[in-house]
Amino acid sequence: MERIPILKMGNFLLVTVQVDMHDRLAMTLQDDLTGRIVKDHAHGVLIDISSLEIVDSFIGRMIGNIASMARVLDAETVVVGMRPAVAITLVELGLSLPGVRTALNVDKGVELLKGCIEQRATANGHVAG
Amino acid sequence: MATLRDEIFPIRSSDDIVKVRQVTREWALMQTFSLVDQTKIVTAASELARNTLEYGRGGEVRIQAVQEGPRRGVRLTFTDQGPGIPDLAKALQDGFTTGSGMGLGLSGSKRLVNDFDIQSEVGKGTTVMIARWK
Amino acid sequence: MEKRTKLAEMVRNQHDVILKDWVESQLNATTLRRELMKESELREQSREFLSLYTQSVQSGEGIGDAAWKPVKDFLGQITRSRVLLGFTPSETATFIFSLKQPLFDVIRSTLKDPKELVADIWATTTLLDNLGLYVMELHQQNREEVIHRQQEELLELSTPVVQLFENILALPLIGTLDSARTQVVMENLLQRIVETGAMIAIIDITGVPTVDTLVAQHLLKTVAAARLMGADCIISGIRPQIAQTIVHLGVDLSEVTTKATLADAFMIALQRTGASVTKSAVSQPKG
Repeated sequence: MERIPILKMGNFLLVTVQVDMHDRLAMTLQDDLTGRIVKDHAHGVLIDISSLEIVDSFIGRMIGNIASMARVLDAETVVVGMRPAVAITLVELGLSLPGVRTALNVDKGVELLKGCIEQRATANGHVAG
Repeated sequence: MATLRDEIFPIRSSDDIVKVRQVTREWALMQTFSLVDQTKIVTAASELARNTLEYGRGGEVRIQAVQEGPRRGVRLTFTDQGPGIPDLAKALQDGFTTGSGMGLGLSGSKRLVNDFDIQSEVGKGTTVMIARWK
Repeated sequence: MEKRTKLAEMVRNQHDVILKDWVESQLNATTLRRELMKESELREQSREFLSLYTQSVQSGEGIGDAAWKPVKDFLGQITRSRVLLGFTPSETATFIFSLKQPLFDVIRSTLKDPKELVADIWATTTLLDNLGLYVMELHQQNREEVIHRQQEELLELSTPVVQLFENILALPLIGTLDSARTQVVMENLLQRIVETGAMIAIIDITGVPTVDTLVAQHLLKTVAAARLMGADCIISGIRPQIAQTIVHLGVDLSEVTTKATLADAFMIALQRTGASVTKSAVSQPKG
């Protein structure tokens, strides 16, 4: 069965969506990714959608779900590389993905994730101390 | 108004949704749509194709490349013989859904196109027509 | 319909006379635009049209028939060139209508039978009227195309995106925002964000006279789209009246960073990108 590959980069997982996703593939990704977060003890997830030519409400919902599930599993999610035309269309559609962090490219996404995790570590430390 | 090309595609499985997206993109390109216009009509097509499959239990889409004066457009008509929609006004509201979606399918697609028309009869089925002009 | 061989023959035989009279009447017409078109060009166009007309009139069909296609194609060419030169619709249509008199003269001097005379004059006037209307329509169409193109060009001109600093872009908006223009503005800004990798975009509305609900919504959509791509927007240049309007309209800008001036917005943007500005002592030039 067709699957979207998930790469491990240190503490982070990187998913690059390169195909026009049909609904089943999106659901499989959701399952695979949550499984890998637990298995690899990942603290962050980067979803690179720079190849995606459209994001409809189904894929949008899947991205939102992944972010929420990852948070429950103690990992931050950053969506990177959304194209301008896709962003304009998503906003018009009424889907602004609240609660999902975004970055222009993978490099900036990694920076953002590191920042988030540091912040969380100090916050936790503060509460503990 | 002149019809330059006219074809019908079935919507029976989730692979057909992908097919509808590809065909719509191809036709929008043929009509020399800008990238944003292409993306809007393809996204609307994807939403409505999924509605046809999920709520209408499958059906078909008719794609037309049309021209009216200097304006060129793509028109899609989705037809199913499903259960129909009892309350159209309600179905067109943001956030209203009977399924598992976010309820943005109909209202959202309407915002992505220039022309939108929906006919539905309980027990007979639903027809949604959308068009986007260059 | 019967063939109009005789009519065509008459025109062909008297070709030179008709052409001379026709060109003369065009040159004397008040609608002539000597500054826009050379006499030789007018003469050449008239000659070519008359020869195409002679061929098509022989068919005896109306101008909807395929026999008239060469004539209509030729009219298409000259109408397009005249629209681009700045001719008015009546100036363009005079080309056709001024042919009536010379043609009638020839028909009258050749045909002696009154019945034949009336029939041929009627046929000719109908044809020329229809061709005249066709030219008017073409003229209108061409004008619309020109206007459409100019609108698009204007849109592209009016929305520059400038880079202020590493990671910071600014979009100074000037003039009224309608939805077509806002769409172009939005696309330009987002495209530039991708190209430059900028993290912050400042949208300055100092030059926007009024902000209504629609404009405010467009701005909010731009901000939302930029956020989806991973960039933040700051809206600056909000004048007191506009601030009041925004609140009265009930538009919620609480999710968006707003600043009174572009300078304030720039300072915030520098801070967020980790840059800072310091004043250094300026050394006096020695005399």
